[in-house]
Amino acid sequence: MSVITTDVLIIGGGMAAAWAAIAAAEAGARVLVVDKGAMGTSGVTATGGPGHWWVPPDPAQRDVAIARQTAKAAGLGDPAWMERILDLTWRHLPTIAPWYPFGSDGQGGRFVNGVRGPEYMRALRAFAVARGADIRDHHPALELIADHAGRVVGARGMALRDETSWEVRAGAVVLATGGAAFRSGLIGSHACTGDGHLMAAEAGAHLSGMEFSISYSLSPAWASTRTLPYTGARFYDAAGNELDIAPPRTGHRHYQTLGAAMLAGPVYADLIDAPRELPAVLRRIQPLTAAAFERRGIDLFRDRFPVRLFGEGTIRGTGGIDVIDDDCRTGVSGLFAAGDAATRELVAGANSGGGAVNSAWALSSGRIAGAAAAAEARDHRPFDGTAIPLGRAGLRPGGAVRTIDTAALIARAGHAVHAYDRAFWRSETTLAASACALENDWHLIAGHGHTSGRAKVELRSTAAVVATARWVIAAARERRESRGLHYREDAPAIDTAQARRLITGGLDHVWVRPLTTQAQDVAA
Amino acid sequence: MIAHLIAQRCTNCAACVAACPALVFDPGAERPVIARADACETCYLCELACAEDALYVAPETDSHDAPPVHDLIAAGLIGRIRADSGWNDPIDAGQLDDYRLLGPLLNAGVEIATRRHEARHAG
Repeated sequence: MSVITTDVLIIGGGMAAAWAAIAAAEAGARVLVVDKGAMGTSGVTATGGPGHWWVPPDPAQRDVAIARQTAKAAGLGDPAWMERILDLTWRHLPTIAPWYPFGSDGQGGRFVNGVRGPEYMRALRAFAVARGADIRDHHPALELIADHAGRVVGARGMALRDETSWEVRAGAVVLATGGAAFRSGLIGSHACTGDGHLMAAEAGAHLSGMEFSISYSLSPAWASTRTLPYTGARFYDAAGNELDIAPPRTGHRHYQTLGAAMLAGPVYADLIDAPRELPAVLRRIQPLTAAAFERRGIDLFRDRFPVRLFGEGTIRGTGGIDVIDDDCRTGVSGLFAAGDAATRELVAGANSGGGAVNSAWALSSGRIAGAAAAAEARDHRPFDGTAIPLGRAGLRPGGAVRTIDTAALIARAGHAVHAYDRAFWRSETTLAASACALENDWHLIAGHGHTSGRAKVELRSTAAVVATARWVIAAARERRESRGLHYREDAPAIDTAQARRLITGGLDHVWVRPLTTQAQDVAA
Repeated sequence: MIAHLIAQRCTNCAACVAACPALVFDPGAERPVIARADACETCYLCELACAEDALYVAPETDSHDAPPVHDLIAAGLIGRIRADSGWNDPIDAGQLDDYRLLGPLLNAGVEIATRRHEARHAG
């Protein structure tokens, strides 16, 4: 096995990983990035177009924005974190200018806060390379390694091209592996299987906000796209009757009414009411969205087409690895978390951070974790003792090896989290049924999963999907109220006594407990 | 899913091999090989990376079916994403000058849906 040493190891290849690499390198660290895909095309940013949360550094404007976001967070946000990410985003997003062709703002200046995914990730990769980061594409991490005191000292994984194993020893490790979309088909999310969540939990880290991991985007039934064209859509059933769908502004109610209609039969969108300016400029804004239609011979502004909802899981939801301090530490020595792999509960609370807040979080938490990891690495040279591998499920089964039907396990986990009837109207009955199915699947893969070669990556990804779904369902059972994205049909009202975060974790035994912090008392 | 690698156009620059997040392509002696077609996620980013317009991704996430290459060329669909994205132009050619309209147009759609819903439920 090849062993590489570095100061900071970053696991992931999306925007948070790139910003972490840039910040760590700027702080003087040697930086190694290992990614399951390829930095530049990996993850949901590369096919998207993040419009970062963007407020000028005017105290009055910032106060208004933070007050609005705090209200939206429904008692669970932290205004101090919101202020930090507004500040970091404002100062750092413009620094991509040497590599990103900012467009016009229409008034003689540059339009900065909204960036197109492929160009943004191309720029961030070039930026990270210019700062000296060493990027290894198609090098998925399979597990973390630790010293005898439990401090994370690196990771092991596979170079996919030739199926060889690697080990990295680092002074500090940043998990920027993205959220979990449970293989919903959401564009860009195939590799987002919660790998970092599982690796963090195996090291002893906790998660937060996992119950708020229900979010969806509307797309044509044959492929997930960006959603720009559809916000003004009319909806019809198969017989051509117009459906009474609550408008997008109603948030959860919009998805509930769409979900109910889709459970009853196929739903068709009609874009006849789309903004008049849109057809002429759509392909200049989102070329990939236009392609999804014209390659089917469909005029999306004239022809009705079938639609469905694609789950966004913890990506547009808020749950993830809990960060315990201002440096994005996970609570496990040597281990940091950033971007969608980390909780967004601090800045989004019980509601989706949408593209804007979550992107500002990804940039900011990436920079914070990268810089803090670089500082940490100054005090911790790469470990040269005997390292302990921490991976369990899918790598080191407790019992006899059996063949695992990974596709079936992933489908069941996706159903537990994303099935319309289970997600839009949660209840103890269906949550308990989901928990039971996931429990069986977890013990199957943890007890009997083992394979070799490239298939190891899919087996580990499957373990991560099942583990992440278990934490989602466990947290949803524990929150016996409705708040933000989490709607319980058996507890449809908000309960002020439950205005606290839920922390979850555990592998063979999943646990959930409430957290009360000073910051939260202030927010409430 | 990935449908065509047009041998006559490919210069074996291997940009697609490097770009694909799902390892669909393997390097080859004369040109890359579509080695794991079923791993394709339909993200279109290989097409964007291909300066020779030698790739075509079919629009369905569960099908490689596509018309023959000459029909697609005649329909102007080969290389369309790269051209629309402005990746054949100099980086400062203003290809993102309309990008600021994304948010306002998205919100305009939301307003349209809201007004229509209110009108429907007013009477």
